[in-house]
Amino acid sequence: MNKKVMAILVPVISVLIALAISTIVIILIGKNPIDAYSALIRGSFGSKQAIADTVIKTTPLILTGLAVGFGFRAGVFNIGAEGQMVMGALIAATFASNFGSLPPLIAIPLTMLIAMLVGAGYAAIAGFLKAKTGAHEVVTTIMLNSIAGNFASYMVNGPLKVSSGTPKSPEIADSAQLPVLMKVGAIEMSAGIIIAIIAAIIMYILLNKSTAGYEIKAVGFNPYAAEYGGISVSKNVVLAMAISGALAGLAGATELMGVHHRFLGELSGGKGFDGISIALIGQNNPIGIIFAAFLIGSLRTGSNEMQFIGVPKHMVMIIQGIVIFLVAADRIVRTILIRKRVAK
Amino acid sequence: MYAVEMVNIVKRFPGVLANDHVTLRVKKGSIHAIVGENGAGKSTLMNQLYGLYHPDEGEIFIDGKKVVIKGPRDAIKEGIGMVHQHFMLVDTLTVAENVVLGSEPKKGLNFDLKRARKEVMELSEKYGLTVDVDAKVEDISVGMQQRVEIIKTLYRGANIIILDEPTAVLTPQEVEELFAIMRKLKSDGKTILFISHKLHEVMEISDRVTVMRLGKVTGELETSQTNPKEIARYMVGRDVVLTVTKEFHEPKDTVFEVKNLVVKDNRGLVAVNDVSFEVKRGEIVGIAGVAGNGQTELVEAITGLRKIESGHMYFEGKDVTGFTPRQLREQGMAHIPEDRLKHGLIKEFEAYYNVILGGHYKTLFTNGPFLNHNKIFEYTKQLMEEFDVRPRRIEHLGGNFSGGNQQKLVVGREINTNPKFLVVAQPTRGLDVGAIEFIHKQILKMRERDVGILLISMELEEIFSLSDRILVMYEGEIMGEVRPEETTVEEVGMMMTGHRLEEARRG
Amino acid sequence: MRIVEAIFLVFINPLFYKIALTAATPLIFASLGGVYSEITGVVNIALEGIMLLGAFTSVVFTWLTGNVWIGVLMAVVSGVALAWLHAWGSIKWAGNQVVLGTALILIAQGITGFLMEPIFGKPGQTDFVGKVEEIKIPGIAEIPFIGKVIGEISPFVYMAFAAVAFSWWLIYKTNLGLRMRSVGENPEAADTLGINVYGIRYFGVLMSGVWAGLAGAYLSVGEVGLFKELMSGGRGFIALAAMILGKYNPVGALLASLLFGASTAFANQMQSSSLIHVSDTVKPLFDMIPFILTIIVVAGFVGKSRPPKADGVPYEKGA
Repeated sequence: MNKKVMAILVPVISVLIALAISTIVIILIGKNPIDAYSALIRGSFGSKQAIADTVIKTTPLILTGLAVGFGFRAGVFNIGAEGQMVMGALIAATFASNFGSLPPLIAIPLTMLIAMLVGAGYAAIAGFLKAKTGAHEVVTTIMLNSIAGNFASYMVNGPLKVSSGTPKSPEIADSAQLPVLMKVGAIEMSAGIIIAIIAAIIMYILLNKSTAGYEIKAVGFNPYAAEYGGISVSKNVVLAMAISGALAGLAGATELMGVHHRFLGELSGGKGFDGISIALIGQNNPIGIIFAAFLIGSLRTGSNEMQFIGVPKHMVMIIQGIVIFLVAADRIVRTILIRKRVAK
Repeated sequence: MYAVEMVNIVKRFPGVLANDHVTLRVKKGSIHAIVGENGAGKSTLMNQLYGLYHPDEGEIFIDGKKVVIKGPRDAIKEGIGMVHQHFMLVDTLTVAENVVLGSEPKKGLNFDLKRARKEVMELSEKYGLTVDVDAKVEDISVGMQQRVEIIKTLYRGANIIILDEPTAVLTPQEVEELFAIMRKLKSDGKTILFISHKLHEVMEISDRVTVMRLGKVTGELETSQTNPKEIARYMVGRDVVLTVTKEFHEPKDTVFEVKNLVVKDNRGLVAVNDVSFEVKRGEIVGIAGVAGNGQTELVEAITGLRKIESGHMYFEGKDVTGFTPRQLREQGMAHIPEDRLKHGLIKEFEAYYNVILGGHYKTLFTNGPFLNHNKIFEYTKQLMEEFDVRPRRIEHLGGNFSGGNQQKLVVGREINTNPKFLVVAQPTRGLDVGAIEFIHKQILKMRERDVGILLISMELEEIFSLSDRILVMYEGEIMGEVRPEETTVEEVGMMMTGHRLEEARRG
Repeated sequence: MRIVEAIFLVFINPLFYKIALTAATPLIFASLGGVYSEITGVVNIALEGIMLLGAFTSVVFTWLTGNVWIGVLMAVVSGVALAWLHAWGSIKWAGNQVVLGTALILIAQGITGFLMEPIFGKPGQTDFVGKVEEIKIPGIAEIPFIGKVIGEISPFVYMAFAAVAFSWWLIYKTNLGLRMRSVGENPEAADTLGINVYGIRYFGVLMSGVWAGLAGAYLSVGEVGLFKELMSGGRGFIALAAMILGKYNPVGALLASLLFGASTAFANQMQSSSLIHVSDTVKPLFDMIPFILTIIVVAGFVGKSRPPKADGVPYEKGA
């Protein structure tokens, strides 16, 4: 079977299998799967608000998906998008609350830049440790996630604390908030989605058309041959982690500037981890990642509706876990496909 | 009476007919050679006898009894032992542990190390297979590793022993020792299957020869009634010139020099110890030695892939110590690496991305920060044409070419950079005669164009036929320098086992 | 100099050592799990998920049966089940072991969160369901200082040390152990000697499910008697770091786990020190200590700790 067709079929079929398994789970807990899925679809596409909400949820997921996917292309597994997103948004929030005197034309790019730089720097720690000492980035980025979480908790309970209630940072300046594209009821859809799509296009060009992308892919496929070909593996590992972290930081920025307008605990909310399944479903292809993020985004949005009829929204995590499993062991699906074809 | 009969064996792999109705009959108590080029199907046939592969068609008889060998366990039960070309040893375990692995002696619930050691020592004494039972495999020489492999088969009571290219990693003297062991095993009633492509060895040691070519048996000969030329004809299907003809060519000034080079291996041990030599323009300097004596580390250090502990490197007189691979390439160095799948190629990249590796950032292939794909495609087409790479598809993935064509891609890429100094490591490993001839011609052509060439090879024949000067390496040191026309294989062999030139000359 | 005094007081307090031991216990079990899996050649980052599932299962069954030990047993069963999935994906289907592990962590987090409401009627945290009581050992309990450390302590602590001794014997003194090590180092060589590479690897991974499942049981019914969402809190990863620091050896993993346990105990004791006033705001900063230590260890020792040569590489026959 054609390689490109396989690249699309494997994730699609993995998603279908995951949905089939979750159907069984829903039946097992005594709920009606048809009700559950119609609630899911209603929640994500049932109304204008629902669609806007889905787009809002999709925005950071495109960016974290790109972050993880870009890392995969360079042979690094960045599980730390979560922490990079937190750090990026947290530091950007700290600065952007004082940007009142700046015009939006400066405040917006500046806030984004801060978040990206912080995300890049935070991820580069793991890249640097991998390049210099061989420390596996999965362990270090997970630890960095925990450190970021603790640090953020300290900041919003301490130096940045505002009033009482949920710990949160002060609101960022109006001029640092992303313009609203569309307002549906109480839901404001910001220009974040445009930023995310532009980022995907830039990543596509970087990976497929540029010399830098060639080097990063060479390192990802075969670091020995890359080194032999005069491509510095350690430099590219750090660079790839930094770019990956910058994308995660940007995800934090769009949440901060387009949705919450301040830093709070649930800002990251597992979106960094969602990036892993999105990258795998999108087969690390920036355009595929847009679609995959949309899929996960609609599942996330719809799952709230599903929760109302008694199906916990953790269902989405299980679905994602199964999809990641099946894409990682893609021979399972490939074998099914080949057997089907032989049977015909 | 036949110890082994394999009748009409057919084995298919995706896209390849590896064994095409092969029949092999081996007399009990004989040494039977199986010869053929790389890819002729010898190892595939032996792997079926040992149960690692299963024949698609055909039957196997051991001592006249039909058997079905489902796995190595069945083979061991039938008294078959195999010494693989790549040794099957666990580096971190001791010699004794390696020998008994899978059939360990027990004492209660525990592994009985004492008995394991004792049994290994007994076998070692009985057959004159000297080994250090308590050493870890990673710390012993290649020759000893091979003896461990032979003891492994004897420990399991093997009567039929398969030796797959056993001499490839040995010095000429070690080969003689191995042959003595083989004769001893034969006199003890064991049957030996000897796989090789070195015809003079086959002539020396075997009783009968089966020749294979492209998956088929092309000849069945009594060794005493044949000669190397005849065997070669069956192997290749045509008459072959077994030696390369090399014109006289006057070397010019020095292009590359190393002085007192010290390099460590991955485990932090000194692998290259105080090595100095120079390479002149238009000269081929060969480095001979048994695998694992520091050649790999030397090449990696010279090409910038490994850190230099001390010493200096000079390129056209300029100190290039500590230069990165890219800086060295920019000076005019090119490198045909020993492991084309590890260093030479990126399997997942298309041919056109593989042929620009190393020069991918140069204006020849770029357009500002972007790759210029049109130029790259054009360049690739030309290169594939010039070096006869097949299939001629620029979008074919690196990993999908055959070994010979992968090597042609690498050689073409490196030669096309117009180097002043070329490092060539194991250029013909695993290739068939046609590809070997092609690559040797390319190397000699570079010499005529006044390129300085450093050739590292385990194949003494290759070293002798191509080099102008030969350096012999042993445990990281240069044992001496000789000219091929003024030395003998025995003399070089002595140096390969650690005798300095003066000692080797004294005999 | 109050801080120096505070640190000194922590180190002479038997409670510090007791907390270090109890904080190390889940890490000892989980890092043992890592050792079993990785010496046979399968990278297992799913430990985090196995622990979480084990913690949940033991609470569910303790709640259902009223017997904590049935809960502990079921934690082991659930751990083996999840480990089996990992083995199936990475051994039979040669999947990317790190990504598979991530998937299983997500599945474990999903399942435990998902079942909270249907089973306990509320998300987040369960009620107290019962816990394994500390055992008091007469004789030891009366010894000054030491008595205060291990005189009255959870039986899991003793089990962890016993598990290490057993594992050391199994891995270094038995035929099976020899085969496990050979399969992780050179599976092809083992295969040519008729050793069942897949079987041994399955054994290694399933055993990692046993140990990590116990680690999870300790977290819930062993320590607090209830389940909280995501209560494994990254300990599976710290256990991996302990395994690396311990050079893939059960005894080394034990010592490394004790070091991490001590760092947790240290952070904990410093936070409650009466000499230096630690406000609630600053507490999260102390909680970072084990995570930072893990990074330092992984970065500082990974080069010196050599993993089995075939670790993480799927074995494919005849390839």
